[in-house]
Amino acid sequence: MTMRFGGRLYLSKQSFIAEVAFSAFRALVLLGIVIVTLYPFWNTLVISFNQAIDTTRGGIYLWPRIWSFHNYKSIWVTANIPNALFISVARAVCSTILNLFFTTMLAYALSRRDFSLRRPFTLLVLLSMYVNAGLFPNYFLIRNLHLNGTFWVYIIPGMISAFNFIVIRTFIKTIPESLFESARLDGTGDFRIFWSFVIPLSKPVLATVALFVSVGAWNAWFDTLLYCSAKPELFTLQYQLMALLQQSMNQSRSAADINSAGMAANIIQSTVTPMSIRAAGTIIATVPILIVYPFLQKYFVVGMNVGSIKE
Amino acid sequence: MSTLEINKPLGFWKKLSTQKQLIWMSLPIILYVILFTYVPLTGWTMAFQDFKPSKGFASPWVGWKWFKFLFSDDQFVMVMRNTLAMSFINLIFNFTFAIGLALLLNEVKAKRLKSLAQTISYLPHFLSWVVVAGLVSTILASDGVFNIVLKWLGLMKEPTIWLGKPKAFWWIVGFTNVWKEVGWNTIIYLAAMSAIDPALYEAAEIDGCGRLAKIRHITLPSIKPTIIVLLIMNLGWIMESGFEIQYLLRNGMNADYSQSIDIYVVNYGLRQGNYSLATAGGMFKSLVNIVLLLAANWFSGKLGEEKLV
Repeated sequence: MTMRFGGRLYLSKQSFIAEVAFSAFRALVLLGIVIVTLYPFWNTLVISFNQAIDTTRGGIYLWPRIWSFHNYKSIWVTANIPNALFISVARAVCSTILNLFFTTMLAYALSRRDFSLRRPFTLLVLLSMYVNAGLFPNYFLIRNLHLNGTFWVYIIPGMISAFNFIVIRTFIKTIPESLFESARLDGTGDFRIFWSFVIPLSKPVLATVALFVSVGAWNAWFDTLLYCSAKPELFTLQYQLMALLQQSMNQSRSAADINSAGMAANIIQSTVTPMSIRAAGTIIATVPILIVYPFLQKYFVVGMNVGSIKE
Repeated sequence: MSTLEINKPLGFWKKLSTQKQLIWMSLPIILYVILFTYVPLTGWTMAFQDFKPSKGFASPWVGWKWFKFLFSDDQFVMVMRNTLAMSFINLIFNFTFAIGLALLLNEVKAKRLKSLAQTISYLPHFLSWVVVAGLVSTILASDGVFNIVLKWLGLMKEPTIWLGKPKAFWWIVGFTNVWKEVGWNTIIYLAAMSAIDPALYEAAEIDGCGRLAKIRHITLPSIKPTIIVLLIMNLGWIMESGFEIQYLLRNGMNADYSQSIDIYVVNYGLRQGNYSLATAGGMFKSLVNIVLLLAANWFSGKLGEEKLV
């Protein structure tokens, strides 16, 4: 007896049943993964658009019961979202450009086999992946450099990442050496070669690293807490969201804490709740990632594979 | 011949003097790396002082005082327990779920469906922990969807405030990590699986192997080296249970189970201004990490796998 399923032929009944059962299992698990991954966003989205006091009655899972834009309106003002957005975007853009430029320049110089200082320099960079002095030694360095409380504390400390260095250098090494040789014989300087050959040829890997760096910069919040917590004009979007989140966590501790927390969100009483505000903040912080994600996702798999060669 | 002249070996300094541009392109960046990575190591002296920011490095020396305090502090012992527990849970969850999902995705032959599933499962990797913590606390709220599902399945009568249950905290962190990283972690396994020779599967089919038999006898043995290397590498990070998610989800009720070593360091340093104790804690962690990394590297060499460092 033969049976067909999914365009294939099965010789026995058992193997046919096993195949159908497996397909059903696979479909269920994949569907489960998609739901578990996406539902939290949906849940948060509908809560952010539901009227805050109504949300406390519960039951907002699939669709808002009473539509309201008030959560967004109040957070827009109280958490100073326009400024936070500006700081976050500025931070991500500056970090990405400087990080890419310096890491690629270093990667090119240290990919040159004839460079006399290649070995000690490479060792210093690679070791930095495993050496971490810890939170407070770094904290006092930043303070001694007078970077705390300035915008530059977001940009300067993280300009070189050893992992990105490996990824870019691995890629540059795949560029035929003869190309650089001939340019050098023509009297082209190394910086010129870096600028007009290496950068254009490395575009695919630079796109990947740009994604890693910009997402990392966009998502950071702890440095704001450490170095800029006294400068509201330097608060990033993630930091503002963190403050909202902590506030709603405190609510579960005791109601008195909220009144003493002095958070700006409390100014607008009773029309918003920490939970709804938190939902709106989460959505605002997620949307930019969701917008760029589909455009960039074709790059990161390529980059991960380049990186894993060295791993 | 001009090429001969170029290839003629030069003395170190003479050769270096022809590489001025390369030096300009690398030396400032190397100095930067030294400043931001290696210079802070001098701050470890704080762990042996009664450090006061006003006095700086002229603060009085106290020897091993803070390390002795650390190991006699009940709270530190508790913090170590939490760190190791969450680390192990993360390690085991990450491996089993990622390998499981990779095996499943590998069996999806429809390209469109496979890449859609991958795209969706990678997404959480790009979100900040702040966003993830926001999503988690919405889902786990007392009227959140998690309680509703449990009630609907008949597993629970009364809704629970999950973030207020101390013993649930480790598992919340574990599953949150899986949710965020499982898709991303499959990439490396899928890459290893795509390198398997299809002829092996065809031969197995002719021998009458079913799907499970093929997974057991071909796919899993083929990705074994990848699994071992990743496992050893991760054992070197066992003191890193993560910091952000614990910091963001901890509250008064779960404090005994949510504090990790990093939170202990932040608390003593930022809240109490005891930078010496905080540095001693951080230094202890770094040293254990380095020892574990070297041990893992040595072990990896013993097993005949590629050395990592």
